Amino acid sequence: MTENPMDMKPVPAANADSRAFWEACNRQALTYQKCRACGHAQFYPRALCTACGKAELDWAEASGLGTVYTFTINHRAPTPAFKVDAPYVIALIDLDEGYRMMMNVINCALQDVSIGMRVRIAFEARGADGEQLIPQAEPA
Amino acid sequence: MSTSAVISGAASTRLGKLEGSSVMSLHAEATRGALADAGLQLSDIDGVLCSYSITEPHMMMSSVFSEYVGLQPSYSAMVSAGGATGCLMVQTAKALIEQGGYRHILCVTADNRATGLPPGGAVAALTSFGHAQFEVPYGITIPACYGLVATRYLHEYGATMEQLAHFSVTQRAYAAQHPLAHMRKPVTLEQVCDSRLIAEPLRLLDCALISDGGGALVVSAGDAARDLPKPGIAVLGAGQKHTHEHISQAPSLTDFGCRQAAAQAFAQAGVKPADIDVAEVYDSFTITLLIELESIGFCQKGEAGLAAERGEFGPDGRLPLNTHGGLLSYGHCGAGGGMFHVIEAVQQLRGESGPRQVADADLAYVHGDGGILSAHTALVLGRA
Repeated sequence: MTENPMDMKPVPAANADSRAFWEACNRQALTYQKCRACGHAQFYPRALCTACGKAELDWAEASGLGTVYTFTINHRAPTPAFKVDAPYVIALIDLDEGYRMMMNVINCALQDVSIGMRVRIAFEARGADGEQLIPQAEPA
Repeated sequence: MSTSAVISGAASTRLGKLEGSSVMSLHAEATRGALADAGLQLSDIDGVLCSYSITEPHMMMSSVFSEYVGLQPSYSAMVSAGGATGCLMVQTAKALIEQGGYRHILCVTADNRATGLPPGGAVAALTSFGHAQFEVPYGITIPACYGLVATRYLHEYGATMEQLAHFSVTQRAYAAQHPLAHMRKPVTLEQVCDSRLIAEPLRLLDCALISDGGGALVVSAGDAARDLPKPGIAVLGAGQKHTHEHISQAPSLTDFGCRQAAAQAFAQAGVKPADIDVAEVYDSFTITLLIELESIGFCQKGEAGLAAERGEFGPDGRLPLNTHGGLLSYGHCGAGGGMFHVIEAVQQLRGESGPRQVADADLAYVHGDGGILSAHTALVLGRA
């Protein structure tokens, strides 16, 4: 069966900065960059630390726990692939390790999502063969 | 002889669903209007600044445009910072004139994203503003990014969506008095608050339009503009601040670079927010306006919603705002959206705004915002 790309949810295309992150997701591990020089926790992955500018970054594994900083219930899907889910929740999640990520809040009634709500990471398969796991948030 | 740059010409096309338009035909129409307004010929132009199109993208838009209209300029570049582009073009043109010796710089923006793309095409294309790996996979849209901002703002400051709806109502009333505006039928508070949900808490009438159209300016050296038919409009102050591109990377969700950009422009002009007679502030969403008005310094933090409710931004208020109708009602065609704020400020300062004219408009403030409150550009304008 052929797939129209617009009918599929996007599969993140890893690059040199992010490859280790996406590979870790496929092991169901949520990782982030930690600066060896200044200790800054950083996301998304980059070739240098945005706090001190040094290129001494280590990968660390996060607890996968965080808090909803803000969210929206999105009614207007960008592409046909998201229409089946609409309305759905997009949130900014502050991870306990001190960095922020965008995720959907899943496995939760829309009206139950709130600022300050505790969440944990759940992985969702993307791609025709489910070849890439992406992090999502669900109630902790 | 002063070589300080002035805005010598300004023009907008009609906004809306313009069947039969192309990206370049709209560029050409806006250009003809701005040249006629300035009393100049195409051959007088020695520099060209163009911006982007999502309908017919090109990496060298300025070259494409010059070729299309038959111009061979001595300077040509693309200037692109989303909704911050209009003010950014003025700042860039001013620098080219004052430091580069150019005489007349044409700044032109246009797109036909309403009729030039398949239905839903603009929303889908604009999704690419999100981070390809870390935002787009989550079904992000531009309205959803601003929904994230709005939810946090309402949580921290307790404004209501009904207060924000006043911006939509007031600006529609202004647009009703502008012959070129996309949406001219007045709306009520109830219609705004009952319009369909887009990205909570934002509803359809909290969002900018998707329009075809374009706008152009001519920025000229002061001595070259001296004998032109209309008074030059001086850039008394200018500022910028860029803090992030993607909303998931914004340092704050309730205070943005508008604060520093505006402070720089006011300091350069030697004026305060209270001195401004008319303001044209980027209004991609009602929440954008609320946050910018507070960060710019027109309102205390947390008070812009109440000010809108009190009518402070309408014709009888203390600060007439977006007197052409803004992106919410005049129209939004991409980079042109931010250009219309500059054009309206120029027309207000010249006393050309007809029924929308603000009495004794001597000082105007214009604010552009690109990305998701990411790129901020500010201008204080007055008669030269």
